[in-house]
Amino acid sequence: MSVLVYIESENGKFKKASYEAASYAKGVADQLGTTVTAISINANDNASLGNYGVSKVLNVANDKLAKFNAEAYADAIAQAAKNEDAKVVVIGQTANDKYIAPILAVDLEAGYASNVVELPSSTAPFQVKRTAFTNKAFNVTNISTDVKVIGVSKNAYGLVENNTEASIEDFAPTLADGDFTVNVESVDKAKDKVTIADAEIVVSGGRGLKGPENWGMIEDLAETLGAATACSKPVSDMGWRPHSEHVGQTGKPVASNLYIAVGISGAIQHLAGINASKTKVVINNDPEAPFFKAADYGIVGDAFEVLPKLTEKLKEFKANNA
Amino acid sequence: MKILVCISHVPDTTSKINFTDGDTKFDTNGVQFVINPNDEFGLTRAMWFKEKQGASVDVVNVGGAETEPTLRKALAIGADNAIRVNTEAKDGFQVAKELAKVAKDGNYDLVIAGRESIDYNGGMVPGMMAKILGANFVNTCVSLEVDGDKATAIREIDGGKETLTASLPLVIGGQKGLVEESDLKIPNMRGIMMARKKPLNVVEPSNAEAFTSSEKFEKPAPKGDVKLVSEDNLDELINLLHNEAKVI
Ligand SMILES: Cc1cc2nc3c(=O)[nH]c(=O)nc-3n(C[C@H](O)[C@H](O)[C@H](O)COP(=O)(O)OP(=O)(O)OC[C@H]3O[C@@H](n4cnc5c(N)ncnc54)[C@H](O)[C@@H]3O)c2cc1C
Repeated sequence: MSVLVYIESENGKFKKASYEAASYAKGVADQLGTTVTAISINANDNASLGNYGVSKVLNVANDKLAKFNAEAYADAIAQAAKNEDAKVVVIGQTANDKYIAPILAVDLEAGYASNVVELPSSTAPFQVKRTAFTNKAFNVTNISTDVKVIGVSKNAYGLVENNTEASIEDFAPTLADGDFTVNVESVDKAKDKVTIADAEIVVSGGRGLKGPENWGMIEDLAETLGAATACSKPVSDMGWRPHSEHVGQTGKPVASNLYIAVGISGAIQHLAGINASKTKVVINNDPEAPFFKAADYGIVGDAFEVLPKLTEKLKEFKANNA
Repeated sequence: MKILVCISHVPDTTSKINFTDGDTKFDTNGVQFVINPNDEFGLTRAMWFKEKQGASVDVVNVGGAETEPTLRKALAIGADNAIRVNTEAKDGFQVAKELAKVAKDGNYDLVIAGRESIDYNGGMVPGMMAKILGANFVNTCVSLEVDGDKATAIREIDGGKETLTASLPLVIGGQKGLVEESDLKIPNMRGIMMARKKPLNVVEPSNAEAFTSSEKFEKPAPKGDVKLVSEDNLDELINLLHNEAKVI
């Protein structure tokens, strides 16, 4: 009857979002008066899950799962859920999690709520709050099935430490050939670059930067802060920056701690996608730009003057606070 | 190749989001509805398959009669037939089950849906539909080629891309990248005229069960005013970010 949480790993390592999912699962388990069982696939650091309230880890070590495969991963998680008789299955909301979760929900005949931001407000009926209308509203959703799948948003519930001794058991799901009919041929992933999904800080540039040749300023600031770089939609449409950097309603969502918008006007579609960020800073030479209404801190000024100065000051600050 | 494109009928991205009936219903007053942007990229890619590979393209929506103008727009863009499953869309699971039935009955080789609709952002219909159908599935799909019964797709992952191969039947959750923004078509007069004559078949639902229901909506708490910092006093900004917001 435990709460099951799927813990994503990359190259054997867990990410912050994985520990957030574990923390959330512990919160739900406390409400239900039960414990948390985690399932991880080819991960190294299973014991660390105890720091976030996990009592038992089902450790799947299987070379067939070395490459991500949504169908096979969902199958493994579903089997773990059935073994554990889990009524609540918690998963994060990374690109892979969002790929797995709907398949898993069908496997378990479970109602699925995605983008959940808080612990259930009630467990009978089972009610969770999720974002809707691309962060312009919340929806309180009832899940009526016996088994429930909850996708918990990044940077919403956050990390909650909870020292628990985690026992680790090997778990060998039965995988069918039918699980492997979509094949990964190649993966193209920039190394040593902070991704928008993982970043604590995102520095984003808009059309106000005038051209791709001026992105050095954005990259310098991002590098100083250990941040990911992003851009507004027209910037990617014009080919100044790759599509993968386009954030907003029709691009990637951003839920970072700090979002710095430079030369971005703050159109409703842009704001919708980045609004889940905790603190927003805008740098824009037009005091009437709508972004000032959405931001926490603002500088009215020319990006070409402000950015180099700001980067210099931040370098000093970093050096003094290292 | 028979293609089915799933069309979600959603408020235009500039819509004011308000609720009525004690915050239980979305207020459609003054709201313009459009083809969900993620689905429009998929529909446009389907038109490419139609032109270059002789594919047939049908579009489908699960919803009431009010969604028909959105289906007509898809016909005006160039789809051959439209299907409306005549029932209110209650949750992702119910919609996925209704769509899977249409896909199965029509023997489609390729089902193109959007990675998420911009109203409820469930992000679950394509994956559930694929699993119900026993079809292959690629989510967050940004490129799709089909050769015979083999598909090659590129999927966006966190921080990069992954190239995948799978045989048909295939379901994708699509988004921008399937085609470029500049490839999107605004229906011309001829398309609109022709769309009026194209079949829009209303089919009765299988009465699939929903597993979740909406209790109510809430709006985010109003935000405080922005704190403006002079560009000559950047130390103050750093101080605020460090000591007040605690983000650096
Ligand atoms: C269906 C649909 C979906 C959309 N989805 C998205 C989305 O997902 N993401 C997105 O970003 N947009 C989206 N858009 C587009 C959106 O409406 C805006 O057009 C876009 O966000 C504007 O980009 P921008 O802020 O970079 O450019 P602009 O609106 O042109 O703003 C540029 C800003 O830079 C400022 N500026 C100029 N020079 C300087 C300078 N020297 N120093 C400082 N500031 C300067 C200007 O004052 C201005 O505010 C969508 C639109 C539609 C219709």
